[in-house]
Amino acid sequence: MTMIFGVPLAVLSGQLLIGIINGAFYALLSLGLAVIFGLLKIINFAHGAMYMLGALVTVVLFDLMGVNYWVALFLAPLLVGAFGVLIEYFLLRRIAGQDHIYSLLLTFGVALIIQGVLTNIYGVSGLRYAMPDMFKGGINLGFMFLPYYRAWVIVVAMLVCFGTWFIIEKTKLGSYLRAGTEDSQLMQGFGINVPLLVSLTYGFGVMLSALAGVLAAPIYSVTPVMGSNILIVVFAVVVIGGMGSIGGAIITGILMGVVEGLTKTFYPPASSAVIFLVMVMVLMIRPTGLFGKEA
Amino acid sequence: MNQPVNPADIHKVIIEQQKARNRKKMMVNGVLFLLLLAAPFMMYPVFLMKILCFALFAVAFNLLFGFAGLLSFGHAAFLAAGGYTTGYLLSNFAGLSTELGILAGTATATVLGLAFALLSIRRQGIYFAMVTLALAQLVFFFFVQAEFTGGEDGMHGIPRGHLLGLINLEDNLNMYYFVLAVFIGCYLLVQRIVSSPYGQVLKAIKQNEPRAVSLGYNVDRYKVLAFVISSALAGLAGSMKSVVFQLASLNDAHWHMSGEVILMTLLGGMGTLLGPVIGATFVVNVEYQLSQGPLRDWVDPILGGIFVLTVLAFRSGVVGEIQKLVDRNFK
Repeated sequence: MTMIFGVPLAVLSGQLLIGIINGAFYALLSLGLAVIFGLLKIINFAHGAMYMLGALVTVVLFDLMGVNYWVALFLAPLLVGAFGVLIEYFLLRRIAGQDHIYSLLLTFGVALIIQGVLTNIYGVSGLRYAMPDMFKGGINLGFMFLPYYRAWVIVVAMLVCFGTWFIIEKTKLGSYLRAGTEDSQLMQGFGINVPLLVSLTYGFGVMLSALAGVLAAPIYSVTPVMGSNILIVVFAVVVIGGMGSIGGAIITGILMGVVEGLTKTFYPPASSAVIFLVMVMVLMIRPTGLFGKEA
Repeated sequence: MNQPVNPADIHKVIIEQQKARNRKKMMVNGVLFLLLLAAPFMMYPVFLMKILCFALFAVAFNLLFGFAGLLSFGHAAFLAAGGYTTGYLLSNFAGLSTELGILAGTATATVLGLAFALLSIRRQGIYFAMVTLALAQLVFFFFVQAEFTGGEDGMHGIPRGHLLGLINLEDNLNMYYFVLAVFIGCYLLVQRIVSSPYGQVLKAIKQNEPRAVSLGYNVDRYKVLAFVISSALAGLAGSMKSVVFQLASLNDAHWHMSGEVILMTLLGGMGTLLGPVIGATFVVNVEYQLSQGPLRDWVDPILGGIFVLTVLAFRSGVVGEIQKLVDRNFK
């Protein structure tokens, strides 16, 4: 068997694949954070809770009404996104113009409520979501086994990430968003409905997070607390990448997933801490983050 | 109106007013002090000590958040570092007198605080919060994996020992007065720091950092020092807590705890001296009362709700709002 640094190739590539998949989730989540931060200057602490909601809604829709995976893939992000718009409209809007720290604290409170209530309803033991039939099995690539579903996750995540990047950097709507970031009052003066833009942006960021949740439902255990730990990892990813660019968020997300996967292969005890260690190093060498612009 | 006013008179009036205000403050503090002295005869001392430990934790946090304007989302790391160090030393070195164990815990938290500060000070505002949160998570993972912490089970049966080798702290009343003395000492220390020239510079940095820079202050050094003092006091709170409860657990290191201390400070009134104490008393009480009743599983969402309400409607906190009321009506 082929060995690389004393590790069988199959094991290494298997961990690499898991790393890329985790990285795809990090990318989707940090992308959503970056979109929201870009226009609203809010760090959405409820982002993990929205990810969890996406997964939970998928499971509950199936259990109660037999809604299948494909419908849930669209329906769950829409529902959770709408919920996000409500949060923006009824809560976040009231503290617009205050110190940004307050929006962080507000969304933290919201996350506590959502997570706490759902924990009481569903417990923390984890719900199962059956893999859709067409994704059962996988292909043997010779050096490793690639389950279909994992390949699907990577494809979807990449498409969505690229699509978001394209909308924001290359379209008219994206130019409004970017301009709103620069000077929202001037935009208002030009007749753009900035409050609506803000609501929709928050909703869209939340949708990205919920979509990640739907994708996660068949492979991870769905529990009300699944979002809280991944959120902190994503925060670290964001600090590493810097929030200056959408592309940066995507690349850093995948990169960090791979780093985590590699660490799991070569030195497992450090795998849950490695992203934070990378963050420490980046902070020492390049405090603005790999792709960051602001000081 | 046209009469010329002697500037010296204005000065005198201002000083008189200040004296009157100080007298009032002294009276309030005196009454509080007497209440605290008498409290263990009316209430369960261990519960009171819990409040005092968390109050100290919140006071420490407030020095950084309320006065220097730096939102650390990682203060649980210092609470836990203090608690675990003290717990480990007192459990494994019989005969070590308690105050040395507590000092060692505080020192550990201080060093950790310096490391946090040097790393996080490079980013500002929300990033600062995220960096401290991530660093604290790193510390959390360390405590999960390290042998000496007992991992998920935590550290149990930490002996309280003797203070200075003389006073038996197994006695709840002795323990209470020791905790009270430490708490008051720290409270006065923070009061002194805040009103010192150093504290004034901190406030200036909070209000307008670029201006403080342009006035020639080395802003980063002021911030780092504030962070280190704050983490030292937070570590002290953790050390005391582990001695009081004879227990140190992962709960103290979890980011949930970092959120809780923010809530205490915000609710009581950030940037006020008494605020965090009141906030801590309130939160500890709410948690205790809820845990006794039918809502025991709903502590988290209720705290979250309080969080949301505080941020939306009540940003100055209890003490801040009272101050506003007083200023508006009795000026």
